[in-house]
Parts: sequence; structure tokens; C-alpha cells
Amino acid sequence: MANYQSIEHDVLVIGAGGAGIRAAIEAAEMGANVGLICKSLLGKAHTVMAEGGMAAALGNVESRDNWKVHFRDTMRGGKMLNNWRMAQLHAQEAPDRANELESYGAVFDRTPDGRILQRNFGGHLYPRLAHVGDRTGLEMIRTLQDKAVHTPGLQVHMECTIYKLLVNDGRVCGAVGYWRQTGEFVVYKAKAVVLATGGIGKSFKVTSNSWEYTGDGHAMAYLAGADLIDMEFIQFHPTGMMWPLSVKGILVTEGVRGEGGVLRNNKGERFMFKYVPEQFKKDYADTEDEARRWLDGDKTARRPPELLTRDVVARAINAEVKAGRGSPHGGAFLDIAAARSPDYIKRKLPSMYHQFKELAQVDITKDAMEVGPTTHYIMGGVRVHPETAESTVPGIFAAGEAAGGMHGANRLGGNSLSDLLVFGRRAGMGAANYAKNLKSAPALSQADVDATLKEMTAPLDRVDGENPYTIAQDLQELMQTHIGIIREEKEMQEGLEKLLKLKERASRVASNGTRAYNPGWNQALDLRAMLTCSEAIARAAIERKESRGGHTRNDYPDYDKELSKVNFLIKKTSSGEMGIRKEPLPQMPAELQELFKGESNATSQS
Amino acid sequence: MQPAKAETGTISRLMRVFRGDKNRSELKEFTIKQHPGMVVLDAIHQIQADQAGDLACRWNCKAGKCGSCSAEINGRPRLMCMTRMGDFEPGETITVRPLKAFPVIKDLVTDVSWNYEINKKIKPFTPKPKNADGTWRMQQYEIDRVQEFRKCIECFLCQDVCHVLRDHDKKSEFGGPRFFVRAASLEMHPLDTADRVPMIKDSLGVGLCNITKCCTEVCPESITITDNAIIPLKERVVSRYFDPLAVLWHKITGLPKQPRGGE
Repeated sequence: MANYQSIEHDVLVIGAGGAGIRAAIEAAEMGANVGLICKSLLGKAHTVMAEGGMAAALGNVESRDNWKVHFRDTMRGGKMLNNWRMAQLHAQEAPDRANELESYGAVFDRTPDGRILQRNFGGHLYPRLAHVGDRTGLEMIRTLQDKAVHTPGLQVHMECTIYKLLVNDGRVCGAVGYWRQTGEFVVYKAKAVVLATGGIGKSFKVTSNSWEYTGDGHAMAYLAGADLIDMEFIQFHPTGMMWPLSVKGILVTEGVRGEGGVLRNNKGERFMFKYVPEQFKKDYADTEDEARRWLDGDKTARRPPELLTRDVVARAINAEVKAGRGSPHGGAFLDIAAARSPDYIKRKLPSMYHQFKELAQVDITKDAMEVGPTTHYIMGGVRVHPETAESTVPGIFAAGEAAGGMHGANRLGGNSLSDLLVFGRRAGMGAANYAKNLKSAPALSQADVDATLKEMTAPLDRVDGENPYTIAQDLQELMQTHIGIIREEKEMQEGLEKLLKLKERASRVASNGTRAYNPGWNQALDLRAMLTCSEAIARAAIERKESRGGHTRNDYPDYDKELSKVNFLIKKTSSGEMGIRKEPLPQMPAELQELFKGESNATSQS
Repeated sequence: MQPAKAETGTISRLMRVFRGDKNRSELKEFTIKQHPGMVVLDAIHQIQADQAGDLACRWNCKAGKCGSCSAEINGRPRLMCMTRMGDFEPGETITVRPLKAFPVIKDLVTDVSWNYEINKKIKPFTPKPKNADGTWRMQQYEIDRVQEFRKCIECFLCQDVCHVLRDHDKKSEFGGPRFFVRAASLEMHPLDTADRVPMIKDSLGVGLCNITKCCTEVCPESITITDNAIIPLKERVVSRYFDPLAVLWHKITGLPKQPRGGE
């Protein structure tokens, strides 16, 4: 049997983006001995790519803003499927978390009176996003990183991939993984585990996500017996780069639209005016003139329709392309040059300016960008308790994109960075309290450890198996085609069949070389999580026979009244199959229901 | 290398990629299919998928934001994700090597852990108390300089190209440009109260920098490292330790920090 290193922590945090680092800081400050696992180097996690900002009702730019308005925007954006309590905690606590980040050393852009500046974003009624140009995620991760390395009791483990959670007696007791640099195995013993592993975007062909985004936390929680929730809801960000092919999918921040960028089709028509859903009509401008006045600061004017929620804008671009009005490479034109001066664009959107100049040879201070939908975020995730972030398996906690419930059927831009801090902190607190109250950590099962190590070495022991890169590419092609932005029963059923065949092929995967820094072997091991999450997405998407938020079906284009009252839960059955069931939404208290008086979440979404 | 130009069609391209570890290594040749718009990182990924599954490289965002895929491309330290293949002549062989200033782990991956150790030595952000209204007020013009430093993506290209580290390997006496930028971002933060001047002089060894500006030249974020970070830090050290009037002022007032003018 392979050798392995043993390490013990009270709390093991898996994932070192915003949620993971914040959780680790909280748990360590509460006195727990904490291990923080980074799949890459510290500071390179996906949070670094977040651009637009962090939503928090600070009320610095618009004094009418408060947590109730933010809560209402979030629920409406999520098409009322959000866990109301998570959305409430998020809206209430986000301002404290933004101020706290400033106390850790973050340097946000400023208002004229010296406070944190806030910008407009899709679905947010008021300017709400604390930001640093278009590199807010970098600011967040660097600030947290520097805080973490100076927090006593917190140990960082870089370039370490966790493959499996160990469960004994129905409780988590540790995890098995490997060091990427050497390929050596490592077994962590832990009283509590926080999953902060991000999302699943790497299972799609066109994505803004990096190699790390293979759904490790989602899959490990599921395999450990936890519930997953809302897995059918995937956010296709409306503005990814389209051309050249090699950069297709790379994110173009919503900040471009927040700063006044407009969308046009190949006829030069500003098409978003045609796509305002009924329930949002009273909040959005219906003429170009009104939209312009809003941009110039006229408080009586309503917001431009480019600032509708991401699901609506992505579907609109898709519809324009389908009707033959798309850009040369199958997208739409996004123009900021007409709205703002070159100096302003370079100051507020420096990375976008740089990115288009370097990668597409387009000067966005002069010309329009070509953009189209890209897989960006999964709303679904590990089902957690709103206050403690604990999953349905004792000792397993989850936060950030790995957790589900907070964003319902569609996430608002800017609500992710705030989610990371609000629920990262809560998960760290929940895990530290759990670990403190646990009399003794459950013992590890040696048989489990041995079986896991055997499974992990298998791809290197095989000769003449399937190429792991080919399987990953086939999966990306499959998910993009069958379970993509617009879905249909027959296509999805075919997709599911193909998925099950792909799973079969993946069991014969082989990698050459040794275990030391071997991306082929690493890819082979990531396939299990990618396939598990893809299957969960497919099964949930087939079950939800309606269109809502990030789940759009050709065969069921409208909201369904009954389905507006339920979430779909995925759980491993006792026979090891993937089970799916409906769960009624938790009841929102009357005083919060008041905020939605006269609105229905059962009306059509387009 | 030529300036960027429009590319048409797919061409065949010879690449030479460093393979091996600290004990044994070679430049291995691969022929790849170059599509329009492709960057060097795409070529490396193509080699991984079709020819050498175990070719090691680091990458994450593929958009110049995370600073993971640093390498030396035809001798120049660059991000692989931001280097377009079309910028090289069609017949030119593209050679990719790991960063020279750090020990090779495998192929294009180097051991950059020393940088993380240096960062730990820098005294963390130490803010002054909040105003009576519970906020800190800062004007945008006061933070413009600090925000420039905070654009750093920790790609370590500046560390790679710095003579003190690359040619003289003075890692035990010198922090390197990245950490002068880091120290400057704290020293010039309007809310910060800590004194890092002794550390900048002694453990970061700012005096060893002889201002050749190589770091500024390679910075993919265009941070003016030498002029805006290193020289002002050198000035602080000089006035604290070597300017008789400032030394006297410091002794009388006991104030560790210089007035903020001139930054």
C-alpha cells in the first residue's frame, strides 16, 4: 500500500478563495487549529477573477438603499426560489463584511466625501457594489491572504488536492488527498470540514472558469451522503468574449454595463428594450433617452434594460443570434465607447481595456466588443443550514459557490463576493463551534483510507486506457450541447445516456508518467467529480419542467405554479443511485412577504 | 518579435519546451497546430492533450489576472496566457522555459515558496482608529498610488528578472521588487500606522537594488515598480538612517514616520 503523510486539524477548510480564507480566519480566531487547503498557490483561487464588485447596502451613494431593498432584489433575481433566511442574513451582514475587509487593508474606490464608492449592477435597484476598478476580486483575495498568513493557528497547505471526505458513524472525520508538486498522498484527520471549493464550470465547453472548477466539493459532499440543492440552475453570464476562439468564454465584467455600456445587434438596434419581463417593467427605462438621462444622474429616470438580471440578458442575446441578428462570431455588440470618455474607461475598466487590447486587438475606448453567453456560476450546491452553514452530514460545512440556496434560480452580479464573506465567516464559526463541542474526533477507518489510495493510483497503473483529456473534452462538448443555456427534454435525456456511457469510459482512464506534478493524472482524478456534478445537473434539469432563472427550457417556456413552491434535492440512495426529490420552500415570515406585495413568482419570465 | 498583426488560418509551429527536473532536463521539440488568436498557454495545453499528458505547468484564469502561468518565452519573462503566438514570425521556433530565478520542480513549474516566506516577514496592515462616525475617510487622490501597487498579481516576473535574485541569488538578504511593492502599498496606505522602515532596510535589503528598472519593464500590470515603490522606500531609509537632520528630528520627536509629502 502507498505511503502517506498524516496531518491533524480541528477544522479543515478545503478551498482558498474568498469563502475558504474567510472561514479559516474566523475558525482560527475562535481558537480552532485550522488547515487551509489551496488547490493552486495561495492567492490564485477563482475569486481573483471576480471583477465588478461586492454588493452591500452601505447606502454611501444612494441613501434610499438598505438591507430590505437588497434582500428584495436578491429574491426577485433568484425568482423567489432562494432560501429566504440566507438571503436575509446576506443582505443584513454584507455591509459589515465590506467594512471589515477595509479594516483588513482593502482599498476600495472612494466617493467624493471619502467613503466606499458603490456602482450600479444588473438587478440591483441602487448603486450597491463596493469595487476597485474592475479588479475587486484581486483586492479581496490579496487582503484576505495577507490577513490569513498573519493569523495564529492557521496553517496554509498549497497545491494540495482533496479527493475524498472520510465519514465514520455518520460524521466527518477527515479527508484524503495528494500534494500536486510531489504526488505524495496526505490524510487529514479533522473534527470538522468546510467545503469552499467553488463551482463546476470546467464541465462546460464555453466557460469563464479555470481548471480548478471541477465541482470537487459538490461531489465529495454528495458522495459523503449530503444533500445537494438547486443543481439545475447554472448561470450563463451574458457577456463572455467571443473571438478569437482561444479566448472564447473569458469574462467581460458586468461593470461595463454598470458604467453605461449598451448592447446592440448587427442592425445597430439596442435590443434589450424588447426583453424587459413584465414584473420588472416599472423599474426599467423604455426609451434610449430615458436610459441616457439615468446614466447622467437624473433620479426620476429609470435604469437601462442592459442592467436586467443576467439570465434575462443571456436569453436575449441568444434570441437575437437565433433570429439572425447576431455579431459575426455569434454574439452581440457591447459598446462602452459611445457612453464614456477614453480616460474614464481606462480608469474604471482597466483590465477590460487591457484584456481586449492584448487578446483580441480591440480598443474598447473606440470600438464595440463582441460578447456572448459563457458558463459562469452554479447557483446549486451543498444544502446548508442558513445560520451555521452545516450540511445534512454532521461536521461537513459549505460556503460560497459550493453551497446552494442563497441565490435561488439566478444570482445577481456582486452577490457572490458578499456571499463569500458572509457565509465564509458563518461556516468558519459553525465549524469551530462544532469542533469545540465534539468530545472526541471520530476515528478514521484504515480500510477507507487504503481503498481510496488504491482508487487514486489506478489511472497510473493502467496501460492503454482512455486519455483523461479526451474524456474531459467529450464531457464539455456533451454538457454544452445537451444541458446548455436552452434545454429540451429529448436532448437532455440523450445527454444523460451519453453521460452514463462517459462514466463507464472514465473508469478505464489511464495516465502516463509519475505522480509528481502530473496534470494528466490530476485531470484523471478530477473526472469523478466533474461527472458526478454533471449527472446531478442533468437529472435536476430534466425534473424541472418549467423555465426559471438559469434554467431555460424550449418545451416549457413559462413558470410553473407548482414548481414555484419547491426546490429539487439530490441525494445518494442507500443502493448508491442518484436520487432526486422535491422539497417545499421554507415559509417566509409575513413581515418579509410584505416586501413582495402584489408580485407573483408564478408569472412568465419573458 | 513583431508587433501584433492580423492572423489568418491555421499554421504548423515548432515549439521547444523545457522538460525535466533539477536532476535531469532537456528542451523537447513539439509541433503544434496554431490557430488564429492562440496564446502560448493554448499551445502548452494542446501538447498536454495530444502529446505529453504529464507536461507540468501552472495556470488558472487564462486572462492575465492570476499570475500563475509565468515562464520565459524566447528568453523573455512573460505570462503564457497573454503572449500571442501570432506575435512571432511564422517560421520562428518558440522556446518555453521555467523562471530561472527559482528552483525547478518539474517542467515549467518552479518552487516559488520563498516568496511566501518573505511576505510573512512584512508587518501587516495596522490601521489608525476610525472616525467618530464609525468610518474611515480617504480621498481617491490619496489612494491612487496604493491602488497601483495593489494591482500586483504575484506573477513573480519581477523577481525572476531582478539581477540581485537571478544572477546573485541573494535570497537571504533581499526581498525583491514584488515585496518592495507590497511594503510600499502598506507604508503609503493613508490609514496605516506601522513602521516598516527598519525592516525595509535590513530584512528586505532595499539598498541592494541598483535601480536598473528591469522589474518595471517586465511587469504585466505596468506597475512603475522602481520609480513609485522602490525609490521612495530608499528615500525613507536614507532619511531615517543617513540624513543627519532627519535623524535628529526623529530623535527629538520620536516619530517613526516621515511627513507624507512628496509621494
